[in-house]
Amino acid sequence: MNHFPEAWGRPRDDVYGAYNPSYLQTSGPKTHTSSPAVTGTSVIGVKFNGGVALATDNLASYGSLARFTDVKRLRVFGENAIVGFGGDVSDMQYIDRLLESIDIRENYSSHGNMLNAKNLHTYLSKVFYKRRSEFNPLWNHVLVAGYDGDGQPFLSSADLLGTTFSAPHLATGFGAHLAVPILRRLFPDEKPLEEVSKEQAIDALKQCLKVLFYRDARSLDKYSIAVITKDGIDLKENEQIESQSWAFAERVKGYGAQTK
Amino acid sequence: MASLLDHSARGETVGYSFSQAAAAPVKQHGFYPYTDNGGSTLGITGSDFAILAGDTRSTSGYNINSRMVPKVFKIGGDAETGEGAHIILSVVGFAADGNALKERLDSIVKMYRYQHGKRMSVSACAQRLSTILYQKRFFPYYVTAILAGLDEEGKGALYSYDPVGSYEREQCRAAGAAASLIMPFLDNQVNFKNQYIPGSGEGHALEAKKPEPLPQDHVKQLVRDAFTSAVERHIEVGDNLQMLIATKDGIQEVFHPLKKD
Repeated sequence: MNHFPEAWGRPRDDVYGAYNPSYLQTSGPKTHTSSPAVTGTSVIGVKFNGGVALATDNLASYGSLARFTDVKRLRVFGENAIVGFGGDVSDMQYIDRLLESIDIRENYSSHGNMLNAKNLHTYLSKVFYKRRSEFNPLWNHVLVAGYDGDGQPFLSSADLLGTTFSAPHLATGFGAHLAVPILRRLFPDEKPLEEVSKEQAIDALKQCLKVLFYRDARSLDKYSIAVITKDGIDLKENEQIESQSWAFAERVKGYGAQTK
Repeated sequence: MASLLDHSARGETVGYSFSQAAAAPVKQHGFYPYTDNGGSTLGITGSDFAILAGDTRSTSGYNINSRMVPKVFKIGGDAETGEGAHIILSVVGFAADGNALKERLDSIVKMYRYQHGKRMSVSACAQRLSTILYQKRFFPYYVTAILAGLDEEGKGALYSYDPVGSYEREQCRAAGAAASLIMPFLDNQVNFKNQYIPGSGEGHALEAKKPEPLPQDHVKQLVRDAFTSAVERHIEVGDNLQMLIATKDGIQEVFHPLKKD
């Protein structure tokens, strides 16, 4: 303790070493997010006859550290739209606050919130594109699920660069490699959407989450799942991946620490 | 006593880390604002029509994002259906920039109609598109655009661009991932490059076959052949072929399946 109040409560340099002052930069150019910090992994989504289902796990990683294990990455917007967030969690919380303010403003208006999932997706992709054009990106890859203006099931993706695309089944991050092939096999292009039931879609998502938990090192067996139908949103945020079988693990050979 | 009140001197005398901020090294940021979404486009004109075509695959790296993301757009028509449009635009490269460019040009062509009470000519639209691209000369729209429609005489008009707005009117142009595969085919089949009239002479006296406008059915077949061939040799091209045909009766849109592998 000394007589300089500014120094009280701070780690002492003689004990902890000098603080890296680059984090307290006061001069030089203005800096923006150039990499994400706390991140969420895959988001997966499937359209089915009369609706859309979306799922994420509940993990927020700090690099390779499983930092927060109870983070809800599916956010509800209005009556029947859901956004699933992958990427930076703080940017997710910022966007969520942005969407909440829009929802509140819409609800105070005379017509109520009439924004559907398609409108929401257009808005989000423009926010992403504007921020990337300012070199100050929101480091996320999101899936938006709900209904379009014609009342048809809607599922679309938007990412930090403002790139958008839509398909009957989508996945972000690791899911793009692991979940999409499973979904494409279960629901091939030739199979019309009318032949995919809600139960089949949910089962498929659970199967994908399980495969992701097996193979994605930044994933968790606790997950959230949202099912959007004409009856509204059924959001479950504390689910557990069931009937795991790690029997395959001992047959995995050929890389890693194994020598034989 | 004076030294106790002298706050400014403390930082230097005590040497706490928070006073050293000015010495911090400048950090570089590593955010790259572009990506390549693959795909290819192609445009050919005839005497009374213009065709713009593109595949509908969207890629990032080795992943297929979606099998149905159209790259060819009607400009200046109804927002949902595109009805009433007379100009077509194809964009290939970075899809987010492509969309932004499409929406800007679309609203400009619409505003022109509201302000002047007549349709914007294709040549005026072509010049305007060049200006839009050049306005972002130092942070370009990373796309290769092709604009098509009918000129004032009712002939097919096609303008091709580079990302910063250089443009020229041409008979045909291929752009995007498989441009280098399709363009030589077009040179040969549309502009009859390296084709000579048999028996017209020996060596330099050999007479070159003169290019002339092709009939619509023939051009459609050329476009389909060009894409089926490109799909075989380029991994970023495939899924579906989207074709927009501008004639005096308006714009017709057709889709054909391509290989999905």
